Amino acid sequence: MTAVASPNGASVVDAADLRKRYDEVEAVRGVTFSVNPGEIFGFVGPNGAGKSTTISMLCTLIRPTGGTARVAGFDVVEHPTQVRRNIGLVFQDTTLDDYLTAKQNLRFHAELYGVPSSVVGPRLRAVLEMVGLWERRHSLVRTFSGGMKRRLEIARGLLHSPRVLFLDEPTVGLDPQTRSHIWAYINELRHQETITIFMTTHYMEEAEYCDRIAIIDDGRIVVVDTPEALKASVGKDRIELRTDDDAAAVKALKRNFGLEGTPCEGALAIHVEDGETFVPRLFAELGVPISSVRVSRPTLDDVFMTYTGRTIRDAEASASDRNRANPFMRATTRR
Amino acid sequence: MTTTVPEVIGVREAGGTWADDVRAIRVVWQRELIRFGRSRIRILTSLAQPVIFLFVLGGGLSSIVPAAAGGRTDFRTFMFPGVLAMTVLFTAIFSAVSIVWDREFGFLREMLVAPVSRGALLFGKCLGGASVATLQGSLMLVMAGLVHVPYTPLLLLVVLAEMALTAFVLTAFGMLVASRMAQVESFQFVMQLFVMPMFFLSGAVFPLHRLPRWLSVLTKIDPLSYAVDPMRRAVFSHLDAPPALVATLNPGMTWNGWRLPTLVELAVVAALGTMALAIAIIRFSRVD
Repeated sequence: MTAVASPNGASVVDAADLRKRYDEVEAVRGVTFSVNPGEIFGFVGPNGAGKSTTISMLCTLIRPTGGTARVAGFDVVEHPTQVRRNIGLVFQDTTLDDYLTAKQNLRFHAELYGVPSSVVGPRLRAVLEMVGLWERRHSLVRTFSGGMKRRLEIARGLLHSPRVLFLDEPTVGLDPQTRSHIWAYINELRHQETITIFMTTHYMEEAEYCDRIAIIDDGRIVVVDTPEALKASVGKDRIELRTDDDAAAVKALKRNFGLEGTPCEGALAIHVEDGETFVPRLFAELGVPISSVRVSRPTLDDVFMTYTGRTIRDAEASASDRNRANPFMRATTRR
Repeated sequence: MTTTVPEVIGVREAGGTWADDVRAIRVVWQRELIRFGRSRIRILTSLAQPVIFLFVLGGGLSSIVPAAAGGRTDFRTFMFPGVLAMTVLFTAIFSAVSIVWDREFGFLREMLVAPVSRGALLFGKCLGGASVATLQGSLMLVMAGLVHVPYTPLLLLVVLAEMALTAFVLTAFGMLVASRMAQVESFQFVMQLFVMPMFFLSGAVFPLHRLPRWLSVLTKIDPLSYAVDPMRRAVFSHLDAPPALVATLNPGMTWNGWRLPTLVELAVVAALGTMALAIAIIRFSRVD
């Protein structure tokens, strides 16, 4: 093979007008984006928006019907084997063999990926220890909880030191504690392995962990930016304050800050550009005793709403059947 | 949380070489054996059906099929090679269909996204299924003495080799059907439409002669017929039975009156199996 990794040295994942059409529907309608080395890049959108189909194309599992994509410097259609060697994958549904032990599952993977036998042992131990499953290495996977399986899959995805780790809905169906553990691993990883993470999620909370996110709806990318910038683009922070004398507070807000306070469930709501730096000024200059303050920033839900004109739930309802044709996605993605 | 993150190892840049594929074949094959070893209940229940055929059906029919005067060869002796083929057939098809389970339970994706050829994966799966079916057949072979088949080492060796070939070919047939199958439920259709007719037409349970013409034609189309006959020949060559009885119970496979030599029969089986495997690999390698 004469192909060279990352010929331009720039991005690790590159998609240009990538498309996938099944007989009736076009699941992915021309997406263009690039992911920088070491970045956590998130694909955010409702179920059926085309996230998993895009991942399947990037991972060479399905063939694009239009456009091009390069992963780790290799074209996904021209050099699928090179792409595969350089990626790790954690699917939204488990892909472990329940009837093998944790260790046997990893050994199987190491063999398939040609991990040199001299490093398999230590590497296997290292990834299992990282996800806290070394003690359970001889247990059959069928005895594992959902969270343990997902951790094992992440360990397996890292076993062959991929340059890009694809996480398709990595925390779907997991309890909040397991979810935050998995995020802790992902963050650690990024600092210690030279790895780029490409993930999809339809949880807006999770998108916040990403360096940059692409909001995808109906097979198209609506916008790509950092979570902060996206939220900032949406609007102002909302501050709710409780005071001893609301009428005086409304007057003081008008007089001192030029703000309209609107009563809302026993509190006053105001909207400002930068809530966190406004709060100290509020205390110093309002002149009316404040008993409590709550600052809420615009969420990515608000972002999605702003860019697509609908909530993520509405979008999911209308997208119900679009991706059923993808043989690598099961119909029951929502658990 | 304290996490220790492992050192980065060098990822080999080369890919898609034959060494990678050989490794893939071996590891997929190993997995089938590990899973087989874990399913002791399946091993036992898979023995139930052939045992019932051999001792209940065979025992029952022995009373109406004339046994040799003073000889020990009876209908169960006749059925023994057929029951070996049956064991191999059902185990092989079941193993082949496990690829649909792999698809259903997601493990297939783990294999498909690996940097190895799909042909290697399917071939490994096929070898694994064949090994499992041969092992299961060997368990039946142990019962030879119960139906008056002698434990001659040469006979056992020849039958074992023939079972292994049959197992591989049948697994390949199963893979051909299962390679694009999406649902485990479809397995029922395969059983009813292909496997049961294949079994009953193969000469496993009745001798293939003096049959109505239509039935005779069907038995000659059945690939399994060409696997059962060599095994039966091997068994009968080690029996001490009167010629008249042998002629009735071991008529052999004929084409237009010509009795096929064992090697030709085995060649037919091998050729069909190679074809099935080739088509299965092509179908399986297609990327959507």
